[in-house]
Amino acid sequence: MTTTTSPAATDTVLSMTGVSKRFGAVQALKDIELDVRAGEVVALVGDNGAGKSTLVKTIAGVYSPDEGHMSFDGKQVHIGSPAEAQHLGIATVFQDLALCDNLDVVGNLFLGRELKHRRQLDEVEMERQSWQLLRQLSAKIPSVRIPVASLSGGQRQTVAIARSLLGEPKVVMLDEPTAALGVAQTAEVLNLVERLRERGLGVILISHNMADVMAVADRVVVLRLGRNNGIYQVSQTSSQEIIAAITGATTNAVSERAARRTPQESTS
Amino acid sequence: MTTSSSPQQATSTETEELQAALPADLQDERLIASRGFSGAVSVFTTRLRSGDLGSLPVVIGLIVIWGVFQALNQDFLSPRNLVNLTLQSAAIGTISIGVVLVLLLGEIDLSIGSVSGLAAAVLGVGLTQHGWSLPLAIIAAVLTGTVVGLFYGALYTRFGVPSFVITLAGLLGFLGLQLYILGKEGSLNLPFTSPIVEFAQLQFLPPLVSYVVIVLIVLAYLGSRMASRSRRAAAGLSVTPTTMLVARAVGLAVVLLVPVIVLNQDRGVSWMFILFVVFVVIMDIALRRTSWGRSVFAVGGNVEAARRSGINVRGIYLSIFALCSTFAAIGGVLAAGRLAAVNQSSGGGDTNLNAIAAAVIGGTSLFGGRGSAYSALLGIIVIQSISSGLSLLNLDSSIRFMVTGAVLLLAVTIDSLSRRSRAAHGRA
Repeated sequence: MTTTTSPAATDTVLSMTGVSKRFGAVQALKDIELDVRAGEVVALVGDNGAGKSTLVKTIAGVYSPDEGHMSFDGKQVHIGSPAEAQHLGIATVFQDLALCDNLDVVGNLFLGRELKHRRQLDEVEMERQSWQLLRQLSAKIPSVRIPVASLSGGQRQTVAIARSLLGEPKVVMLDEPTAALGVAQTAEVLNLVERLRERGLGVILISHNMADVMAVADRVVVLRLGRNNGIYQVSQTSSQEIIAAITGATTNAVSERAARRTPQESTS
Repeated sequence: MTTSSSPQQATSTETEELQAALPADLQDERLIASRGFSGAVSVFTTRLRSGDLGSLPVVIGLIVIWGVFQALNQDFLSPRNLVNLTLQSAAIGTISIGVVLVLLLGEIDLSIGSVSGLAAAVLGVGLTQHGWSLPLAIIAAVLTGTVVGLFYGALYTRFGVPSFVITLAGLLGFLGLQLYILGKEGSLNLPFTSPIVEFAQLQFLPPLVSYVVIVLIVLAYLGSRMASRSRRAAAGLSVTPTTMLVARAVGLAVVLLVPVIVLNQDRGVSWMFILFVVFVVIMDIALRRTSWGRSVFAVGGNVEAARRSGINVRGIYLSIFALCSTFAAIGGVLAAGRLAAVNQSSGGGDTNLNAIAAAVIGGTSLFGGRGSAYSALLGIIVIQSISSGLSLLNLDSSIRFMVTGAVLLLAVTIDSLSRRSRAAHGRA
């Protein structure tokens, strides 16, 4: 990658401190710190069960945290519902995509924010904008008037990403966006992530794929068993170091001290 | 996965030329081209084959039922019997609209019969014992239904009690409330001069007016289709061929004109039936053309996706339960008007099951997310046709229950089969 930090990466859009979440006896998240600046791609990595999806759902308003503070655009916020998150400007593409199989592509893209024409749904304008958006993403969708059920996995992913961009968000969260994609479409999605950064959006990218992470991310936040396990600048680290943090190979007395210091250094 | 390869170098210029000429939505090279009148026909047959049946089974079923009964009794398709059919359909049909709405969410309301009886009791007692004016009594009766629906909605959204159980309790509870309101006598007669009774029994649209209305409806249909066609053309999207548009308008005219001509040979089209059809059309427009309707389908298809899209899911459930009980109450008022009486069996008997069966027979899926307001209209006509045909043959209700049950079973089987086929063809 040519740029690791874009000029717009100055002000913090989203900031979380001390966020915890429990499910019964399971401590899913514990004292999580996370900062996302405008024009910055933050990769969120961790093993299965590390708490990535829980953290994403907490930011998206699906879960509300048990403890901790969240601020958006410099203001303290409490995100009580997905609608509030959307309203603030946080768009999310969930791993399970959350599409309505019985609705067509247009219906899914504009779900919850339909365009109106004389107080009726403006199907024509919605269809036109759908095509425009899908062309911008070089998406290969045969028709926007077929139910989403008939699309392939990659096409569904494209629809879900396209949908997140319609609301002019400030922060976009992508939960494993390339997991189901072919080589060409993965490259397209990564291009798209860079385009989002150029537009000054904060991007949170959840991925298991180190190549993708190293290709587009500016910073990497590692979660392990529900806790922060290191924050790395991509320009100053290697895949091996991140993988070590993910798998817990760094979890010894020395590295724990280092891991405790690293977040404080990078957030202050 | 269809990571479609880019077109071969040799044909790329050709493809670009093709893309420039094609509308924005027909440019994908994998899309099977279907343009013009024959294209539209082939799209329709492909849809049917993949299990997207829509209201075709019920239309075919209706033709078969009418054919059989007409063969058995020459009076079945007589104008007089058909006018009776429309009068019998309106009240339960109106209740059935509400059932369609709850089914779209994948929920059920078993208490519609009791709620319609309760509304009828409120109307009857208000009119005859408390001296309320007719508008006041009707408003009170209908609002009773709305309140019941809001109560169901609140229970469902706040406590997550399954709608099946809530409304089963409502079935018993509101039947009791109906009997309590009716008091010891248990039967009230509405005066035959009351406007609600005249409306439900005696008022018909003058023939000339009915034809003018049909012309206006067809013109409005053509006008709105032409308007949306030109907007699509302006937006660079594909448009319906003019021949197809004209064919559809002619089809609509025939579908409206033939029954109305037949009905006008007897008393004509009853106002009560028109009210029912107007309710169906309003709900159809609300479901297909408003963001509320889109949200209803989204919640019925995938609640979680709807919630994450920022849809007020609780509000949708609340509005649907309220509307369902409101339609049940309106149906109860119409039934009271038609009988000119309110008694302990108002809304009892087979009201409940006929209204639910009508929605399902009409093609609304029990699994949520698929269906149309028109199912209520088509379904109730099927049910009342069976009932009317069998009574013309002097067969009693034992046979009627069995035949209606068989038709319901057939409808649900078709729904399940077409659901499986849609999944196999990727149209779930």
